[in-house]
Amino acid sequence: MVQLTLPKNSRISVGKTWPKPEGATNLRKFSIYRWSPDDGENPRVDTYFVDMDTCGPMILDALIKIKNEIDPTLTFRRSCREGICGSCAMNIDGINTLACIYGMDEIDGDVKIYPLPHMPVVKDLIPDLTHFYAQHASIMPWLETKTNRPAKEWKQSIEDRKKLDGHYECVMCACCSTSCPSYWWNGDRYLGPAALLHANRWLEDSRDEATGERLDDLEDPFKLYRCHTIMNCAKTCPKGLNPAKAIASIKKKMVERHI
Amino acid sequence: MAFLTDRKRAIGMGSAKAGTEHFWSMTKSSFGLVILVPLFILTFAPMLGAPHADVVAYFARPFPAVVAGLTLVVGWMHFKGGVQALIEDYTDGLVRKGLILGTICLSYAAAAASVYAIARIAL
Repeated sequence: MVQLTLPKNSRISVGKTWPKPEGATNLRKFSIYRWSPDDGENPRVDTYFVDMDTCGPMILDALIKIKNEIDPTLTFRRSCREGICGSCAMNIDGINTLACIYGMDEIDGDVKIYPLPHMPVVKDLIPDLTHFYAQHASIMPWLETKTNRPAKEWKQSIEDRKKLDGHYECVMCACCSTSCPSYWWNGDRYLGPAALLHANRWLEDSRDEATGERLDDLEDPFKLYRCHTIMNCAKTCPKGLNPAKAIASIKKKMVERHI
Repeated sequence: MAFLTDRKRAIGMGSAKAGTEHFWSMTKSSFGLVILVPLFILTFAPMLGAPHADVVAYFARPFPAVVAGLTLVVGWMHFKGGVQALIEDYTDGLVRKGLILGTICLSYAAAAASVYAIARIAL
C-alpha cells in the first residue's frame, strides 16, 4: 500500500563528512547513503571527497576508491564492472542505474548515491532483492515443453529467434522494478517490469509449449494489470530495454485469447 | 511473523484469473470517449449562454440528446473502472472494499441521474 512518509526508523540524518584528501586539487563531493543493521541508528548520508585526478571515470570507480582509500566500511555490491552482472544497481543522482557504466561526467555538481528505492536495505547500498528474485522464479523462467525431447535440438527459425531480442538482454538488476510506483505500492502482488519482461520472453519463445498456462498464471488484476504504462522502467533501464512494451505485449495476448 | 518461503510469498494466493475483462472494458470505453467527447463538445458548445427554451428545444432533437446521453453513461462507467484501479493502487483491506463499493454506487447513481435528466429534457 502507498506510503507517503518514511517510517521513523528510516528517516535520513546528516552523517559524517570525511576529510578531503591532502594535496588534491580536482575534488568531487559524494553524498552516500549509509545504514548498518548492527548499530541501531537511523540511516545517514556521509560526505566524501574524491581526487578525480587519480580516479577512474565511472561511479563504481569512485565507490571502489572510497572503499579502498577512505572508508573500508562502505558496503555495496559489484562484480563484472561492465554492465553484465547487474550487481552494482543503485540510485545515482536520482536515477536507478548501474554504477559501473554510469560516467561521472553525466552528473552536474555533487554526486548523490542511494540504494534502489523502496526496497528493504541489507546494509548501505545493498537492497534486499529476495522477493524480486522469488517473483522472477514464479514466472517459470525456463523452457516448458510437453512434446518428447527431440533427438538433436529444439529448432527455432531466425525470425522467431529475433522475437527474443529486447528480452534476453535483461540482467535482472532491478533498476526498472524499483523505479515503478506501482511496484513501490503493490510490490507484494504486482510482479513488476523485470519479471514481466522475462515472462514475455518465454511467451514469445516459439519453442515453449506452456503459453496458455503462463497466461493463466499472469491473468490477475495485481500480478499484471498494476502496470499503468508510467514508463519509468523503460526510461531507467541501463541496458536500454523496454519492459513497458513487453507488458503491453502480454496484455495484447490476454485480450487476443478473450475476443 | 510467518515462516513463509520466498516462493510462497511471491506466489501469494495465485492468479485471480481475472483482470483482462476490466482492461478490455476500459480500452473499449476509452475508444468510445475519444469519439463521444469531441461530439459532445461540438453539440453542447453552440448552446452555451442560449435561453432556456432554446436549450430545451435543442436537446429535444435526437442527435444532441443521444450524444449527451451516451457521453455521460460511457463517461461514468469509465470513471467507475478508472477510480477502482486508483483505489486498488493506493489502499488496501476494508478501506479498499468500502471505497470500491462507494465508487460503484456513485457511478451508477450519476449515470442514472444523467439519463433521467436528458430524458426529461428530450421527451
